[in-house]
Amino acid sequence: MELLLQQIASGLTSGAIYACVALGLVMIYVSTDHINFAQGEMAMFSTYIAWALIQAGVSYWVAFGATMVIAFAGGLLIQRFILKPLEHAPVLALVVCFIALLSIFNSMAGVIWSFTVKQFPSPFPKGDLTGAGLVSYHQIGVVGVTVVMLGLLTCFFRFTTLGLAMRAAAQNASSARLMGVRVSWMLALGWGMAAAIGAVAGMLVAPIVFLDPNMMTGILTYGFAAALVGGIGNPGGAVIGGFVVGVLENLVGTYIIGNELKLSFALVIIVGVLLLKPAGLFGRVNVKRV
Amino acid sequence: MNKTSNLLTRRKTLLAAAGMALAAPSIVTSARAENKYGPGVSDTEIKIGNTNPYSGNASAYGANGRAASAYFRMINEQGGINGRKINYISLDDGYSPPKTVELTRQLVERDGVLLLHAPLGTACNTAIHHYMNQKKVPQLFVATGASKWGDPAHNPWTMGWQPDYHTEGVIYAKHALANVKDPKIAILRQNDDMGVDYLEGFRQGLGSVAEKFIVETATYEVTDPTIDSQMLQLKNTGANVFYNITTPKFAAQAIKKAAEIGWKPAHYLVNVAASLGATLRPAGMENCQGIITAFYTKDPVDPRWASSPDFVTWKAWMEKYNAGGNIADGSNVTGYANAFTMAHVLRACGDNLTRENVMHEAASLKNVEIPMLLPGIKLNTSATNFYPIQAVNMARIEGDHWAMFGELISASQG
Repeated sequence: MELLLQQIASGLTSGAIYACVALGLVMIYVSTDHINFAQGEMAMFSTYIAWALIQAGVSYWVAFGATMVIAFAGGLLIQRFILKPLEHAPVLALVVCFIALLSIFNSMAGVIWSFTVKQFPSPFPKGDLTGAGLVSYHQIGVVGVTVVMLGLLTCFFRFTTLGLAMRAAAQNASSARLMGVRVSWMLALGWGMAAAIGAVAGMLVAPIVFLDPNMMTGILTYGFAAALVGGIGNPGGAVIGGFVVGVLENLVGTYIIGNELKLSFALVIIVGVLLLKPAGLFGRVNVKRV
Repeated sequence: MNKTSNLLTRRKTLLAAAGMALAAPSIVTSARAENKYGPGVSDTEIKIGNTNPYSGNASAYGANGRAASAYFRMINEQGGINGRKINYISLDDGYSPPKTVELTRQLVERDGVLLLHAPLGTACNTAIHHYMNQKKVPQLFVATGASKWGDPAHNPWTMGWQPDYHTEGVIYAKHALANVKDPKIAILRQNDDMGVDYLEGFRQGLGSVAEKFIVETATYEVTDPTIDSQMLQLKNTGANVFYNITTPKFAAQAIKKAAEIGWKPAHYLVNVAASLGATLRPAGMENCQGIITAFYTKDPVDPRWASSPDFVTWKAWMEKYNAGGNIADGSNVTGYANAFTMAHVLRACGDNLTRENVMHEAASLKNVEIPMLLPGIKLNTSATNFYPIQAVNMARIEGDHWAMFGELISASQG
């Protein structure tokens, strides 16, 4: 029984990581209608920038803010210079481009900062809530930050004109353009915001899994599963999806299929959701007029 | 950068091939002068092939290949080996066995190398094992610790280098049996060949009590984001011995998690993850106290070696020839020491550089001392012994460094 509770607690905390990453994926999807396979590597790269700043003597929160700004600018530039020329290209070309970005960021991080794992500081106090090492303050912090980001994003998309314009640009570019929305810039903005969210996710994840160029590779798969479970177009769903995947993964791994098949389990979730309920548990079915 | 160097190597290969074509008549002459040459050797050059993961998931280990390339660059600047420059063709296989096969065929059949030196990775070497022995091309000092490389009766063209995982596992088991009362052993292992080798050795070391003492074995995949769940499972068994068969990132996670959940077993950490710079410092030295491992190389960030002559030479070499490399990364030590061994064998071959003679010399090492290995470790091989390094020294974390204890332990004693 104790093990069960421990596994659930541990599942919730890894779930928070997946939720964080899923949020970035959803952000890109909502604002550009694409799934960015390089999201994880962009987040990892941003985290390295934060690490380099902290190594250079910058205080944690300044580095945190600066990294978000740099990541935002980086995402914006990627959209402007790499994706804009491909705006009318078929989806497959974009997928190839995303995978290329993934590989480029991964190798660049390795060349610049080497592949040795690095410790990344946590802004939250050491120690934990229960005294048994189950729920550390950092993990509570991760959950808290994720929820705050979720709240901000939801308000942004629901209550601001800019948010509305961004959603419009993603879902129906030509109508949006006719309504006077600068579609191309909305996409760039979406990329910038997703990159900034990714940077936050990376900086929260790194103290737990340690910083190395392959830090996000495994997490991204679980992030995809989380985003799909919740509905890829729904930020709130993605966060709940993250927790669901995290807990299920631990329970299924510990009690049913064994640890060997945990990743397969995440992939089964992805395929299962796509087959049975493509819109996810909380997603709306997207109807497009053609 | 990897791609560029790869391209450069390819270009060099092409140039070298063109050079070979022009130099063909001179080979004929030199053959007359009673120098025996295998493929890839001339009066001025020895061509050596290598594969390493410069890209992809395991690219951290690519430092081994870069170190070896840098070592031979230094050898060449110093005039080469017996007057011959080493043309070291190191290609990127991305740690993917099919790619290793393709590149190996290219190195052997198109580039015509004399031998393959230190291809990296258990799976990658396994993929070319049969091919190399069928073609009778030396596959020397492979950069993996699997136990299967020392089998001259069946695979006389393949030789390992580092102490094998199996032996290391035996040594930990013996130590645990001798030092822990009523051991209850929990094991975390990476789900691959390396993990199996370490586990099998450990079981053999425990002998008949293995089933009784091992209370739980949890595995993880390299794609797992965290191993927290496994660590909780293991702690829950109430084990007082933790055998940690992991690679650096997961080792650091396991050490940190064990400390967080207040689990303090006798902790055996395998050598592949025992680097201070790559594992223990990131995990937090306060969490590492008392962890035990077995060593055969000098840890480059260990202050005790700072003034030993081989370390000083190594550090100067790092700064001059391998400036991009991380001083704290143990791969720069193994890559260097392994290339040193290769150079030693080629030097011993003199002007008889056939593949047969290279294998003969590789199997005739007698008490050879290699820089950056622990004091007292000597390399020995024979026609029936294809395990060059067989001795390790146990070490325990005390404060901020590994403190050696006990004597050198060799495989036979283990």
